[in-house]
Amino acid sequence: MGRVGNWGWAVIRAYTVLVYLFMFLPVAVVVLLSFNASQFGSFPMTGFSFRWFETLWQNEAIVRAFRTSIALGLMTALVSTTLGVLAALALVRYRVPGRDMITTLLIAPILVPEVVLAVALLLFLNALHINKSFGLLLMGHVIFTLPFVILVVQARLVSIRRDVEEAALSLGATPRQTFFAVTLPLLTPAVAAGALFAFTISFDDITGTLFWKPGGVETVPTQIFSMLRNSISPEINALGTVMIVMTVGLPLIGAGIARHLSNRKGG
Amino acid sequence: MTIEARERRQPWILLSPALTAVVLLLVVPLLFIVVYSFWLRSAAGADTPGFHLDNWQKVLSDRFYRDILLNTLKIAAITTAVCAVMGYPAAYFIARSKGNKLILLVLLMLPFWISYIIRTMSWINILGISGALNSLLLTLGIISEPIQMLYNEVTVILGLVHFLLPFMVLNIYVSLEGIDTNLEDAANSLGATRWQSFLQVTLPLSLPGLAAGGLLCFVLGAGTYITPVILGGPRDAMFANLVFEAIIRQLNWPLGSALSLALLAVLGALVLIYNRYLGMAQLAKGLG
Repeated sequence: MGRVGNWGWAVIRAYTVLVYLFMFLPVAVVVLLSFNASQFGSFPMTGFSFRWFETLWQNEAIVRAFRTSIALGLMTALVSTTLGVLAALALVRYRVPGRDMITTLLIAPILVPEVVLAVALLLFLNALHINKSFGLLLMGHVIFTLPFVILVVQARLVSIRRDVEEAALSLGATPRQTFFAVTLPLLTPAVAAGALFAFTISFDDITGTLFWKPGGVETVPTQIFSMLRNSISPEINALGTVMIVMTVGLPLIGAGIARHLSNRKGG
Repeated sequence: MTIEARERRQPWILLSPALTAVVLLLVVPLLFIVVYSFWLRSAAGADTPGFHLDNWQKVLSDRFYRDILLNTLKIAAITTAVCAVMGYPAAYFIARSKGNKLILLVLLMLPFWISYIIRTMSWINILGISGALNSLLLTLGIISEPIQMLYNEVTVILGLVHFLLPFMVLNIYVSLEGIDTNLEDAANSLGATRWQSFLQVTLPLSLPGLAAGGLLCFVLGAGTYITPVILGGPRDAMFANLVFEAIIRQLNWPLGSALSLALLAVLGALVLIYNRYLGMAQLAKGLG
């Protein structure tokens, strides 16, 4: 029951349904059209078919873009999560002088427009004779995924009770032993969440990537972007569907595993 | 080393890799392009170091750049307003609903996981010449020829709203969720109508969330590069497109630096004003 009266509540509900439709209908259409048997990537649908997914698989440029994106995403997740988890631990577990300023500095990469960040990094590293390369892409992706990892991990860390660690310490474990035997296992869901976040953001990024990528190297989003220049083909819709399955499916599986693990440990 | 000293050093050891990364890959590069923006582009070979105001003069006085900057801010402002109007009631519904709150929240998070470029291009399937809407109107006999509805300012705004709306809804939701519902009940029991208690109790208390969402929408909207390229026409370039042109196509890096910094200055000023009055904590809440 609402707080604004039955009639008002019904209006708000209908409005909300429309807002959700607005958010999801276009994406649903992408998925729908990717199964269209017709030559053209458009309505009317002429039948159900997997042909565009087969075409994708045979398109070497797209397969290469997938490899690049996955490699970049995994490495970004690895580096960004390592840096992010350490920083989040420091911010949650210790009294750090100048905490607010440090937090602002660490989330600054979100506050700076991506285009500006991209230009600054490109020009600066170029002055150091680091040209457009996979390495540059990796550094770029690390820097703008880092704030998200820190925020996500921080949010999870707050809920881990400190007395378990203190118990281990008082029973004679060294800080190092405590970290690996107690803290890290408790941290796993936070680490996994951070890594997934970093991977997905890296996998989806386009603006920075367009500035940093060397000629000839494409990630999946930049590949789609260059394909869009011509016209929208059913192949792009199929590619979109694959990406949606990857970026939505992975976190859902991750969340499922996390829930499974925490249930097994008894909460 | 004493335990206290170790306790004091520990956080800095943990923080140093992340801080080093942010300083080396963001702070120093930003300072570097400040310097670079005073250099001159040379026709051949390396750019000429020095202290020249030419790029800045061009950025600040050229009508072309000023018009595009104003247009960018206008588009971002409209986008933010539309997001607020669309997002507030939805956020209110999620915050106050009982049964299906979890599913609504999960659905709300979903767009964050769906690629920005896919969401942007999805509108071509809806509004394009052979898109869903044209095919529907043709079938219904309302039009006899497909209409080109894409590639104008309205579709750029539409694409941006579609991209940014979840940020707005989430931020408003977070602040509404933090409001004690007893306050509204108290207002009601003291004789306020529901509408009055909403306007005088709930709405003011949720303004920080609205402001955080607004800031995110505005800054992300004004900095966008992809949306105008995919959904806009030739005259709908936004400021980030100018930056891309200067840096990647014309290879005029000094000018590109000045353009980037101009964008950063305008949007940074907004962030600073926000930080002065509301602080970064609210923003972190909505992002986490």
